[in-house]
Amino acid sequence: MARRYDSSTTTFSPEGRLHQVEYAIEAINNAGTSVGILAKDGVVMCSEKKITSGLLAPSRTSEKTYKLCPHATCSVAGLTADANILIDQARLRAGRYAYQYQEPVPIENLVEHVCNYKQAYTQYGGLRPFGVAFLFAGYDEMHGFQLYQSDPSGNYSGWKATVIGANNQAGKSLLKTDYGTSKKVEEEGGDEMKTDDAPEVIEMPDLAEACRLAVKVLNKTMDGAVASPDKLELFTMSLDEDGNCVHKILTEEEAKAVIEEVDAETAAAGDT
Amino acid sequence: MDTVFGVSYNGGVVLATDQVNARSILMYQQNLDKIAELSSHSAMGVSGPNSDLVNFSEYVSKNLQLYELSNDGMKLSTHAQANYCRGELAKALRKGPFQVNIILGGYDEKTPTGGSLYVMDYMGSCVKANYGAQGYASNFCLSIMDRDWDEGLTEDQAVKIVEKCIKELGMRFLINQSNFILKVVDKEGVRTVKCDADPADN
Repeated sequence: MARRYDSSTTTFSPEGRLHQVEYAIEAINNAGTSVGILAKDGVVMCSEKKITSGLLAPSRTSEKTYKLCPHATCSVAGLTADANILIDQARLRAGRYAYQYQEPVPIENLVEHVCNYKQAYTQYGGLRPFGVAFLFAGYDEMHGFQLYQSDPSGNYSGWKATVIGANNQAGKSLLKTDYGTSKKVEEEGGDEMKTDDAPEVIEMPDLAEACRLAVKVLNKTMDGAVASPDKLELFTMSLDEDGNCVHKILTEEEAKAVIEEVDAETAAAGDT
Repeated sequence: MDTVFGVSYNGGVVLATDQVNARSILMYQQNLDKIAELSSHSAMGVSGPNSDLVNFSEYVSKNLQLYELSNDGMKLSTHAQANYCRGELAKALRKGPFQVNIILGGYDEKTPTGGSLYVMDYMGSCVKANYGAQGYASNFCLSIMDRDWDEGLTEDQAVKIVEKCIKELGMRFLINQSNFILKVVDKEGVRTVKCDADPADN
């Protein structure tokens, strides 16, 4: 049905869709899952590492998490080769901004720049879009810690918690119920059914809580395969006492500790 | 030939320039405002040929305005604005230099004294200083500022130092500059405190 309108990025379909962009978004749904969670005192990004072959040489660098500048890191879902180009762009932008203004680039500025670059491939040149979705975690003075998601269309939005990659819908629905301590303000009527327009108060988790929630989400998206340190990569961003950003990928022992805490929590919940 | 100076104090900066616009033996006007307002809380005093003065100050102020529009109203700090200016001067140097020497002053909440002053020249050098003077005026005025400037100055004290410098120039500088304009940049923004000849007056 869409056959005639889907081979060129620069053509709208009669329904007003850009099929190439949509197909690019589809491609990411086969990639390793990445969950991002905004905490009071930092950002957590947890990614699934897809081990394709036991013969692969152990990598010194990550295939999911990349540092962009002293105060921003991104997580990738999709075609790694495409991602490398965009990561270079982001790093250049952050560096050039710092050179020009002698100040760290505001995170939204950085994200928008990368997204504008992606958008160009949906409008002109006859080249295909980038098959990558990103989670950007960053800190700036004006807005504190932030989490952004972007996709091949060049759209981006800020999130408190989100998931990209395989099974992201399942992950997102879990986040919806479990993110933040939600306290519903009840009307004066008493015990009647809570109405939908009762305001919900969401309290941001702290970094440790966010880590546990991230592992919980990955447990769900990884089709019941038990999370273990070699299958996932836990990244956290926080500030040290001097106010500098700390980018940390948890070691095997640290990740194991978090996984065990989550397993204990789930077991306890299952018993009631 | 232009006189530009600036003195920072506890709570802001004061910038001053003469108001002469002349070339060779001809005096075009005596009421030029050489202090360009860059943003709500920053301004720069510019010396040099009128063409470059206007061209550069408008280029910088419009680009800073564009930044605010493109970034959701976010203001650049004085430090960032000064480094932006410096970068533009440095880029232009080996192409078509802006023959301007500037003193940029601004107010930021987060800095210890609030005010900060940056002294730049047409080659793209930039230094943060407590006070500064560009042009021939520096020969007469820097020594006065060296002697009288101190930490914790009030606005009145800073303006008094500037007036002392102007008096010295009146007495010893060969070129007669009778009109000066003084602007203060503080928490409230940029405002003119003294203007010997109204720039709008033709």
